[in-house]
Amino acid sequence: MTVVSESAASVLNARPPDENTVLDVRDLRMRYGTADVLSGVTFGARRGEVLALLGPNGAGKTTTIEILEGFRMRSAGHVEVLGVDPAHGDERWRARLGVVLQSWRDHARWRVGELLAHLASYYVPYSTERIRRPWDVDELVSAVGLTEHVKKKVGQLSGGQRRRLDVAIGIVGRPELLFLDEPTVGFDPEARREFHDLVHRLSDSGDTTILLTTHDLDEAEKLADRILILAGGSIIADGSADELSRQMPTEAEVRWSHDGGRFVHTTVEATRFVHELFKQHGDAISDLEVRRASLEDTYMALVREHEAGRNVAAHPFGVQERSGSDEVVAR
Amino acid sequence: MNATSIAVRAGLKRGLLELKQSLTSPQDIGSNLFFSAILLVAMLFMRGSTVAGTNFSLGSMTLPSVLGMGVASGGLMTVTQLLAIDRDDGTLLRVKAIPNGMLGYLIGKIVRVSGMTLIAQAIVLIPGLFIFDGLATGSLGSWVTLAWVLLLGLVATMPIGAITGSLFSNPRSSGLLMLPIMGLTATSGIFYPITQFPEWLQWIGQAFPIYWLGLGMRSALLPDTMAAVEIGGSWRHLETVGVLGAWAVAGLVVAPMVLRRMARRESGSKVAARREKAMQRLS
Repeated sequence: MTVVSESAASVLNARPPDENTVLDVRDLRMRYGTADVLSGVTFGARRGEVLALLGPNGAGKTTTIEILEGFRMRSAGHVEVLGVDPAHGDERWRARLGVVLQSWRDHARWRVGELLAHLASYYVPYSTERIRRPWDVDELVSAVGLTEHVKKKVGQLSGGQRRRLDVAIGIVGRPELLFLDEPTVGFDPEARREFHDLVHRLSDSGDTTILLTTHDLDEAEKLADRILILAGGSIIADGSADELSRQMPTEAEVRWSHDGGRFVHTTVEATRFVHELFKQHGDAISDLEVRRASLEDTYMALVREHEAGRNVAAHPFGVQERSGSDEVVAR
Repeated sequence: MNATSIAVRAGLKRGLLELKQSLTSPQDIGSNLFFSAILLVAMLFMRGSTVAGTNFSLGSMTLPSVLGMGVASGGLMTVTQLLAIDRDDGTLLRVKAIPNGMLGYLIGKIVRVSGMTLIAQAIVLIPGLFIFDGLATGSLGSWVTLAWVLLLGLVATMPIGAITGSLFSNPRSSGLLMLPIMGLTATSGIFYPITQFPEWLQWIGQAFPIYWLGLGMRSALLPDTMAAVEIGGSWRHLETVGVLGAWAVAGLVVAPMVLRRMARRESGSKVAARREKAMQRLS
């Protein structure tokens, strides 16, 4: 349907899956009755990459993740997770995955340390030369900032503390691939910052590939090497935040001072505009500011274009010209 | 050690830990003691009457029957409810995301329910031994019989509990199972000798494990002369093993299939949807 997914598929074909391919998803389809939730999702991930899956509610983010986790059967398409079809993943495969679940009230009577030590023990037989499993519980507890709560019962933790425990449970087996479905919902800014640091530390090791979904575009920009936008059941954009903003010709805002006046101009072609500005006025220009479209602007533009049914993908490299408002406003 | 035996050991530890949590929870202790106290008081009132055709105390005869009922309710009700609760709150999904987690979970449940059933039995039996006369507890044979009836009873009833627990998606509705179990208890000769019932009702009672558990426990703790008031005038050990064994085999064949099907269907969005529903009920 969209050219983006086909071009992404051809990129994958050009670079055949090797031992560094962690995720290989091609033309994944999911149908409930007569409704197509996923109508051809294609993307891949290489070892150590952090991917953020964005998209409006109901776009199929959770469905996609649950298929990759092996918790849900797909209708059609090719899916390989760590080289294995998740529909037939065995326990050895399971041991290489980490899933951060949204906890509710399970294991409420268990103490934090007890529960982590218990769940960790299942990973012992899956330790390898390269990856020592499981994570030492004391180290893990301190990595997620729960050291002072280790003797507390899970049911007595605050919402934020429980979420940290969820993350700890997700990574206790030192996963090679970690799934995070809206990991920071309900976090305060400090907890969010700490969580981001933790994700950075995990991905810095180079062994952990991370796929996360979020509605927080700042978070996606901060954490992800690559951003995938899922809308209407397929991937409508795939690239770094930078690439996406170039791919989508959104307008940049140029501000400057001239002759004691402050001016604002929005344009798709910021570089050319600034060049013209200096050619015309030279040194008389001061306080120049160019504000590129944020990921949020890009995201909104992409999703809106998609919903309007326009073919975004026909011009994936942003060569399309769009008429910006060209009047210069004096303030 | 391989992954399976490690998971089995983790499951044993899980069961013992949960048992400990249960024993230190005032709520669990309270409900256990409350239930046992009601049963003991009910039997006290029956102490004065005698079993028809004998001068044996009806209270003394009811004590082992109640123990048999306790095994069945532990295997059926407790397993059903724990499973429904664990599915509802996301425990099952949690263990499903762990390698061999389901195996460990199931072993943990077996340990926990067996432990809880044993404790509940002791709470009724130990005071009962002091209150009621005429019980045959002097021989080793009594205790051996009690042990095998208890063990076979758990093996026969826990898989059925796992099946019914898989079918109820809501722990509140799993309480509805109380009604048919109470009905079956009434027709199983627990509080009143089954031979006093019409014959068709006796057949219904004999189709289910509760009657046989009661009979088995009576055979362990009552003097042999009391076999005379049972159906066929015998303790019918062979039939007891046959019926309980048949239930055990059927349950052990069907339960893994039903459990696997239920576990396969669990996912984060399912648990999230149930949480959403529960939150709406609260607000």
